[in-house]
Amino acid sequence: MNTTLLHAEGLRKEYKLPRGQTLRALDNISLEIMPGEVLGLVGESGCGKSTLGRCLLRLTELSSGTITFDGCDISSLNERAMRPLRRQMQMVFQDSYASLNPRRRIGDLIAEPLRVHPDNNGKKRSSSTIEARLAELTELVGLSTSALSRYPHEFSGGQRQRINIARALALSPQLIVADEPVSALDVSIQAQIINLFTDLKERLGLTYIFIAHDLAVVRQISTRVAVMYLGAIVEQGETDAILHTPAHPYTAALIAAVPEPVIRKNASRTLLRGDVPSPVSPPSGCRFHTRCPKAQADCAIVVPDLRPLPDGRVVACHFPLVNDP
Amino acid sequence: MVIKTGSSAVSGVAAGPWRTAGQALVRNRPAMSALAILLLVTFACIMAPFYAHDIAHTDPFTSNVAGSFSLNGQNVDIMQPNDNPLHLGLSPAGPTWHPSAYFLGADSQGRDVAARLLYGGRNSLLISFSAALLCIGMAALVGVLSGFFGGVVDMVLSRLMDIMWAVPVYLFAISLSIVTISQGLKIGPFTVESDNLLIPIVIIALVYVPYAARPVRGRVMTLRNAEFVMAARSLGVPRWRILLVDILPNISATLVVLAPLLTALALLAESALSFLSIGVQAPAASWGTIIQDGEGLIYTRPMVAIAPGLAIVTVVLTLNILGDGLRDALDIRETSRKGS
Repeated sequence: MNTTLLHAEGLRKEYKLPRGQTLRALDNISLEIMPGEVLGLVGESGCGKSTLGRCLLRLTELSSGTITFDGCDISSLNERAMRPLRRQMQMVFQDSYASLNPRRRIGDLIAEPLRVHPDNNGKKRSSSTIEARLAELTELVGLSTSALSRYPHEFSGGQRQRINIARALALSPQLIVADEPVSALDVSIQAQIINLFTDLKERLGLTYIFIAHDLAVVRQISTRVAVMYLGAIVEQGETDAILHTPAHPYTAALIAAVPEPVIRKNASRTLLRGDVPSPVSPPSGCRFHTRCPKAQADCAIVVPDLRPLPDGRVVACHFPLVNDP
Repeated sequence: MVIKTGSSAVSGVAAGPWRTAGQALVRNRPAMSALAILLLVTFACIMAPFYAHDIAHTDPFTSNVAGSFSLNGQNVDIMQPNDNPLHLGLSPAGPTWHPSAYFLGADSQGRDVAARLLYGGRNSLLISFSAALLCIGMAALVGVLSGFFGGVVDMVLSRLMDIMWAVPVYLFAISLSIVTISQGLKIGPFTVESDNLLIPIVIIALVYVPYAARPVRGRVMTLRNAEFVMAARSLGVPRWRILLVDILPNISATLVVLAPLLTALALLAESALSFLSIGVQAPAASWGTIIQDGEGLIYTRPMVAIAPGLAIVTVVLTLNILGDGLRDALDIRETSRKGS
């Protein structure tokens, strides 16, 4: 189990805008994910987290870069060639209502992947196998079987997210990309769904890419964290290391922005000012220098590469907050 | 951590979107009244032969200027001396308000207007309903193709629709009708005579395709980018199945709402064409042709034109009210999206 499950190298995604401008949604992103890992992708709204998630599953076309899944290069496969591979990788979306066809019953929605994909022997699944699998899945995500004959609008957000998870699990995938699956839910429901994710990971040996903007959520579930800013990864490493001793000033600012129940008097908070620059014309040099409290003259000129720190994480900063060896 | 959910509501058959919409429609009084009136008018028109043969005892398709009929035991000439002071010329009998004899009077050829009104209604309703159905079928095809596939397909179809849109509807329908009615239509081994009702049906359906295709295309384009379509793609659902299972059921509401409105438009178009003698051909009747018959009698026997006019207004009005009711009933996002 030491082989990489998903390896992305130099991913770029550009959108052509009118008047010859280009919006760089993803800029030279590389990441690796091992089986059984949970990679938390964090960043502000619009930093490209969701785009990255969709590109990794080839739901959005890449501009350039390669994606290797389970040893197989999937970056240039067409939609038809991707189809059998989709059994191994699934997605859970943020809007639990919008991601369910309102005109279909829950049973049909969860059974859809079972109906369109043949079983391991290449045969069409019989309706009795599908029914048995539906019973398993509802049990797994904590829905009652009476839910199967109902329609999406009859459920609450948390229940609908369970339905989405059941559908994503239907084909026993290896990898699940969860695109902010709990951001639209109440905090109490969030905890339930996150516990469900953790529980399922242990029972089924899943690997997650967990996209979130809430560090508390990421802290609970991730083993590793990648912090994104303006379409690029600025810091990546073990969750504990990153959340306790952030090396990149942006990560530090994100952590400082998390509200705390106890006010520490002498804790210095570095709150960011200003808005995220437009990805149409990102700042020169380090893309964070316009808002960085530690920025020096060089930062506006030289683009910092991701370089490794002694504890194994990588950071894209000329002056990381953690001391260099 | 397993929480049983989903059984909180009273168990039983889950109300599907169609059932919910049906219940909402039944509760909508104006829409149900409109539907009742519409069904009544349709039923009356279907019964036209019964009325003509067994109640009015008249043939509404042959001229009968020399005849007479009996009213309350008296013999009355169908063509009567004019009411004007000089008593010059002849006028057809006015309304007797007696169902068995010339209820709405006679037209200039001495035919029973009431019987013709019912026969005319058959043609008018048949043409408008069929034209609306055909139009929706074509519009759905065009809208789905251009909305779902986009690109070149969308380019070609949308420009074609724009070209049709640029020509005023009635002008377009009139030009097509004049050509086909004056020459009949020969397509390979098939010949369509100029009195065939297919001609107005197809022409009316055709000219309204752009009007119905545009909302369908818009809806399909929205749906194509909907998150549940993205979800279906991530599940590996083939494109044709996405079209069939995710797109089509979600545009059906749009199509159902369009149906009564298009029927109303088609009825107006049919009446206009028939009024101009390029729709339903004599001696067959439609509400438009009867209005034309009544045009010359508008001062002496206004009922000949008023009766079919009222029929058209009634049907168009009820169709519009029904359409509004359907739109309200089928708007599932508004009525049944609870929580988030």
